[in-house]
Amino acid sequence: MNAIEIEHISKNYKTVSAVKDISLSVKEGEIFGLIGPDGAGKTTLFRIMTTLMLADAGKGRICGFDIVKDYAQIRQIIGYMPGRFSLYQDLSVQENIDFFATMFGTTLQDNYETIREIYSQIEPFRKRKAGKLSGGMKQKLALCCALVHKPSVLFLDEPTTGVDAVSRKDFWNMLYRIKASGVTVFVSTPYMDEAGLCDRMALIRQGNIIDTGTPAEIVAKYPYALLAVKGTPMYPLLKELRKLDGVISCFSFGDSHHLAYDPAKTQKENILAAAVAAGFKDCTAWEIKPGIEDCFMQLSEQ
Amino acid sequence: MSTELDTNSSYAMEIRNLTKKFGNFTAVDNISFNVRKGEIFGFLGANGAGKTTAMKILCGLSRPTAGEGTVAGFDINNEQEKIKRHIGYMSQKFALYPDLTVRENIRLFGGIYGLADPEIKAKTNNMLQTLEMENVRDKLAGELPLGWKQKLSFSIALIHGPEIIFLDEPTGGVDPETRRRFWEMIYEASEKGITVFVTTHYMDEAEYCDRVSIMVDGRIEALDSPAALKTKYKATNMDAVFRTIARKAQREE
Repeated sequence: MNAIEIEHISKNYKTVSAVKDISLSVKEGEIFGLIGPDGAGKTTLFRIMTTLMLADAGKGRICGFDIVKDYAQIRQIIGYMPGRFSLYQDLSVQENIDFFATMFGTTLQDNYETIREIYSQIEPFRKRKAGKLSGGMKQKLALCCALVHKPSVLFLDEPTTGVDAVSRKDFWNMLYRIKASGVTVFVSTPYMDEAGLCDRMALIRQGNIIDTGTPAEIVAKYPYALLAVKGTPMYPLLKELRKLDGVISCFSFGDSHHLAYDPAKTQKENILAAAVAAGFKDCTAWEIKPGIEDCFMQLSEQ
Repeated sequence: MSTELDTNSSYAMEIRNLTKKFGNFTAVDNISFNVRKGEIFGFLGANGAGKTTAMKILCGLSRPTAGEGTVAGFDINNEQEKIKRHIGYMSQKFALYPDLTVRENIRLFGGIYGLADPEIKAKTNNMLQTLEMENVRDKLAGELPLGWKQKLSFSIALIHGPEIIFLDEPTGGVDPETRRRFWEMIYEASEKGITVFVTTHYMDEAEYCDRVSIMVDGRIEALDSPAALKTKYKATNMDAVFRTIARKAQREE
């Protein structure tokens, strides 16, 4: 049985259609990523799947339970960490955890093993008010509260937004340990570099799923040849490369430009020669494999 | 340090021994650096490293506990109002008025910065043309797509012709293409001689800066061009450099 199964879900707010006919399925025990920018419809989809909002059309099941009819059962078996910190700021760390445990008819002691690893990092501050914690600590507390009742499926809405590169890595290591304990993880992020860390993912844009699959499957579908190009100065080079025949797109990617081209019309040597002829210095170009970000940009063009 | 306006200085910012304490906590711990005119300067650091506190001082919104320096030629200790008038600022959060139209937003911010009506009119026309937003001039700013909102915020932050623009995580949560188009606007501004001071959590964007500083526990742990930092830390990209340096952090946010 799939942990999550949604079919043809749509949701409109007045004139804005936030989610358009979305279907996807998540296998038990996997980390599934919903990858897309702000305003793509990620949070709306979360609210529908966690039974906090009704869809205008479509149906869905979480661990076999219907998202409309069986909302009460679903709420017992899922953990949900919204994008905005939503614990009680004026309760202590300990009180927040006790509160959520009690709501689910359990105790911290009963499920201590589930959250031990994360909880041990905030235990020294257990008497501190949640509102007085640092961002990283708040996040760990929220995760403890979402896990205290041993959920089957954990929903995390943009847990790493605005978080620095080091803390993001740490957070993903925590997710792997949660997955190892058998929990299905459904996580959203606007950071494309996190896409490669998921077992499977859906790319979402303007309310539509533009692709879905494992990172390798998505990358394999990339339709163009791709080069990394470097030369000095970089920004004028970018503008020059875009003008060349056979070049489909060109964008900055860290210290090089990624250039998608049509191999029927041009090749690496032509592109490199054109850059040199235009007066750019230290030009180099090499064939590369696309990343998820290249794919996302290519799929967005359509 | 002289507090006279030194128009011949090749620096847009000169900061010496800047420190900010809150009670016993030293948020910014004796940092010194210069930013060259026209440079794209990346101001990096882990959450809680002290970036926001430092940036508030540089923007004239907070006074240092100790240290001195100039921003756009004005003293950070006693010319804060002048600093505010000579810098632009844009944050990740959309800070235009969503229920005013595009044109009304431009007029409002032009007015706040003390531009005269004819000047505002000319700037408005010019801006709408450059941004290719003439046909949405009477649309509510809140209803624009994210990429357009950003372009508009960026241009409005430059409406009073500041020498320096501060960009606080300008591309957070933005789609990959819009993020790159935004950086192209930064390059264009830099080519016109505007100094750009920018923070980001995207390490590929660190590569686009002329120089970057990396803050750890209130101090500047590294400051150089991305190429030099990669050589020094034997790393293939800035992500690896950042992780090596930021791992040294001892303090909690």
